[in-house]
Amino acid sequence: MSRIEVLKTYKIYIGGKFPRTESGRYYQPKANGKVLGNICLSSRKDFRNATVAARSAQVGWAAKSAYNRSQILYRIAEILEGRRTQFVEELIQQGSKKAQAEKEVNLSIDRLIYFAGWCDKYMQIFSAVNPVASSHFNFSVPEPTGVVAILAPEESGLLGLVSQIAPTIAGGNTCVVLASENKPLCSITFAEVLSTSDVPGGVINILTGNRKELTPHFGRHMDVNALIYCGNNPAEIKTIHEAAVDNLKRVIIRDGGGYVSDNYESPYLISSLQETKTTWHPVEKIGAAGSGY
Amino acid sequence: MAEKDYRLSPRVDQVGIQDRVDRITKRSVKSEAKRKGLLMTLNMIDLTTLEGADTDFKVKQMCYKAQHLHDSFPDLPTTAAVCVYPNFVKTAINEVKGSKVKVASVATAFPSGHSSSEIKLLDTKIAVDNGAHEVDMVISRGKFHSGEYNFVFDEIAAIKEACGNARLKVILETGELGTFDKVRRASDIAMDAGADFIKTSTGKISPAATLPVTLVMLEAIKDYYYETGKMIGMKPAGGISNSKLALQYLLMVKETLGGKWLSNEWFRFGASSLANDVLMQIMKQESGNYQSKDYFSKD
Repeated sequence: MSRIEVLKTYKIYIGGKFPRTESGRYYQPKANGKVLGNICLSSRKDFRNATVAARSAQVGWAAKSAYNRSQILYRIAEILEGRRTQFVEELIQQGSKKAQAEKEVNLSIDRLIYFAGWCDKYMQIFSAVNPVASSHFNFSVPEPTGVVAILAPEESGLLGLVSQIAPTIAGGNTCVVLASENKPLCSITFAEVLSTSDVPGGVINILTGNRKELTPHFGRHMDVNALIYCGNNPAEIKTIHEAAVDNLKRVIIRDGGGYVSDNYESPYLISSLQETKTTWHPVEKIGAAGSGY
Repeated sequence: MAEKDYRLSPRVDQVGIQDRVDRITKRSVKSEAKRKGLLMTLNMIDLTTLEGADTDFKVKQMCYKAQHLHDSFPDLPTTAAVCVYPNFVKTAINEVKGSKVKVASVATAFPSGHSSSEIKLLDTKIAVDNGAHEVDMVISRGKFHSGEYNFVFDEIAAIKEACGNARLKVILETGELGTFDKVRRASDIAMDAGADFIKTSTGKISPAATLPVTLVMLEAIKDYYYETGKMIGMKPAGGISNSKLALQYLLMVKETLGGKWLSNEWFRFGASSLANDVLMQIMKQESGNYQSKDYFSKD
């Protein structure tokens, strides 16, 4: 007897839960002439709700020990590894060749491990003790920027997404991500991985929908501290730069492609979402040699 | 007044109440109506600080905020009142002098209400002597649960007398009453005993104010009005921290009691963080940008 296949409902991921979009809208992206599924067409209110979730999760996430954040990133990689076949299938559905899809999943897992390793190390290499001409102990340390909105790359539905999220959360930030519009399947399945891998709700929020519609809202929201734009549409880049001035958001423009390259394995991707805090601590000369501290 | 048997207070249809609340929460309020509702909400807030860690300076800061909700925005109303412990009434009165902001004081061994009648009366007297315009008392829930309704009635009546010209709000602490029937019963007792306002909660226990429990109390106020012609005010307090919820309360008041009750003479919100959320919504309507707490005063 033939069996009726059960299809998955792809929902969005906000505050550790999987709601449908509050707007009730959906769209049907296609690949190779086939509809991929009914995907939530998120509204600006979903974005607002996701930002509220990201904001309330941020302090707690940044306060976790670096070692613990590292463990959690490693855990995401572990769970992703266990679901590798599902991701490969989805990538093939979205138009990748099998070999290409397998490579993308492997690289995504490795990239998470890479940034898991950096969680308790970037602080050391980006901190400094600064020489000053007064009796102060002067030092600088990086602190997370806060809530980061990410317009994820359009072409690379999994690897591109992971390559943006991993360095962001490794540095103690939380994020709201708009997934690839035409290749959204992996983003929601990745959200399922996140929800079963010790990532506190709200640290990563993933929306699906129309990029053009949501870009201005991503740019304008006063409670978003930084924005990563992946792509090279000059009109969108201009919109973002203009919208971001109201609260002086940090705007980072990254290319839409090339995610297989080593360029996306660098601690500088973490430091680009850090603010430097410098402390002047008064000291007296205490050492016999006159050392300041 | 002839003694009344409060066991005969009307029973509440729980399913019906829930159903009406569901319909109200599905309503959407937009643009101009929303703007007016938000401004009205600000003007109905009793800005509250009731912490063990309160200091004179914290009370002063709150009084300033009550009068200057967001100075960069022109023509904002003040809040209706500030609500403090009795020992801060003097400070608050000094700070709000010359403005429309009133000073409310909790009294009668707030929040538990467990103390002797003498202490409760003295507590009230201190608040009133220091100039409080309004007194928020708590009922003795223990006595209420033991069925000593006359005791509860007499206590409210005695406090009302001690209040003199100050308006009396009676806190039922609905979270400790248990059922809607008991909320209704307590509302009837409070109104008969002379309450000017009935108020849901102290804000110290959860659940505090909810839409259904407020609706039960509004219905009690309506019946009392039909019976006696006397208007009683309503104050939900605790847990109301966002604008959408506040607007739903206003809808419920308007639909149950009518437009007459839509002023801060007859309806209040007991809240501390609600004001900032409403301000953020108003700014969102003005500028089109979703707002951040970073740009508003701390509570």
